Amino acid sequence: MARYDRAITVFSPDGHLFQVEYALEAVRKGNAAVGVRGTDTIVLGVEKKSTVKLQDSRSVRKIVSLDDHIALACAGLKADARVLINRARIECQSHRLTVEDPVTVEYITRYIAGLQQKYTQSGGVRPFGLSTLIVGFDPYTGVPSLYQTDPSGTFSAWKANATGRNSNSMREFLEKNYKETSGQETIKLAIRALLEVVESGGKNIEVAVMTKEGLKQLEEAEIDAVVAEIEAEKAAAEAAKKGPAKET
Amino acid sequence: MECVFGMVGKGFALVVADTSAVNSILVHKSNEDKIMVLDSHKLMGASGEAGDRAQFTEYVQKNVSLYQFRNNIPLTTKAAANFMRGELATALRKNPYMVNIVLAGYDKETGPSLYFIDYIATLHKVDKAAFGYGSYFSLAMMDRHYHPDMTVDEAIKLAEQCIEEIRSRLVVAPQNFVIKIVDKDGAREHSWRRTTKD
Repeated sequence: MARYDRAITVFSPDGHLFQVEYALEAVRKGNAAVGVRGTDTIVLGVEKKSTVKLQDSRSVRKIVSLDDHIALACAGLKADARVLINRARIECQSHRLTVEDPVTVEYITRYIAGLQQKYTQSGGVRPFGLSTLIVGFDPYTGVPSLYQTDPSGTFSAWKANATGRNSNSMREFLEKNYKETSGQETIKLAIRALLEVVESGGKNIEVAVMTKEGLKQLEEAEIDAVVAEIEAEKAAAEAAKKGPAKET
Repeated sequence: MECVFGMVGKGFALVVADTSAVNSILVHKSNEDKIMVLDSHKLMGASGEAGDRAQFTEYVQKNVSLYQFRNNIPLTTKAAANFMRGELATALRKNPYMVNIVLAGYDKETGPSLYFIDYIATLHKVDKAAFGYGSYFSLAMMDRHYHPDMTVDEAIKLAEQCIEEIRSRLVVAPQNFVIKIVDKDGAREHSWRRTTKD
């Protein structure tokens, strides 16, 4: 048999794991994804490519439920995502079976990140080519959380974050405009961040809102309504900027 | 001495189980819930070896949940029943689960249904089912008084008659019973029939 114990991810002379860095490149080429944490809501938004006219868009759900109180969005290799999501869903149920309690957001993030790390230190396998944004409410304290994992297997909690294409611009926007929000305001902030890098319109973005009651995928019409609100606010801000200047 | 029975009515299915947890001559508790709510529209009344009962029913429930997350659609009652039978059959010749199950469910397309699942992986779709020593009495009662398309009140009355028969004729009759119902609005606890407070 061929030597499957030969590692693919090995150190370079200057201490880099090139396979992991190449995986991060794959993530950078993936669809834009953003997550924003509010006080009572957490919003996930993902870019949707609208060029595939014949495709049934309902079969390509980019924001998925891992459990009743946990949702995940990702950027990168979607096939790898399927494998990771399946393992995470099994772990959520397995945890409920063994300890009779639902997972915390941190637990399942740690599990997914652990899985991603394992594949950087095993023989014959390559790292997963995706970064995930994991959101949920802690089942005991009711505190909302947003976590991010990446192909190296690191994870951390965030108030708001973006991954995938043009994530730097989105993150910059969020750093400038983030404030504690709730409900509709959180949804608006997430969509505003996405609109920085995505063509405007409800059919180009997929948005899901996680509240204590569960995950709700927004309909195209609802997204369009928020987008229209945002555009109106932008136009008003532009007009206000021009207005006083004219008077002087 | 564990009694579980169930029946199908008009647009609903009923499962009744005793609530005693017994070890030889000692009654540990008389409020043990043996009817598990499998998902929003399924009830699973289980009797048999206490450890196996808890392990198997919880294992089935988590697998049913997993199916729902993976496929974005709940299992039908028939599919859940067949899954359970498959698990029992696989374990049968190695490490059998000593659990008898009455599965009641409501599906939007096919309405209410009831399944009889034995510990040796017998599977039957039925209108009325019963397990345990109490089955001698409850099946006889149901054979006499059951008719298709009963209303909830008629079915509850029949269940009460079965419980009364078990109480008066079974030498070590369980003290309390719980009745659970599943219909288009979901699976839920209906009521208890108590003789002791625990």
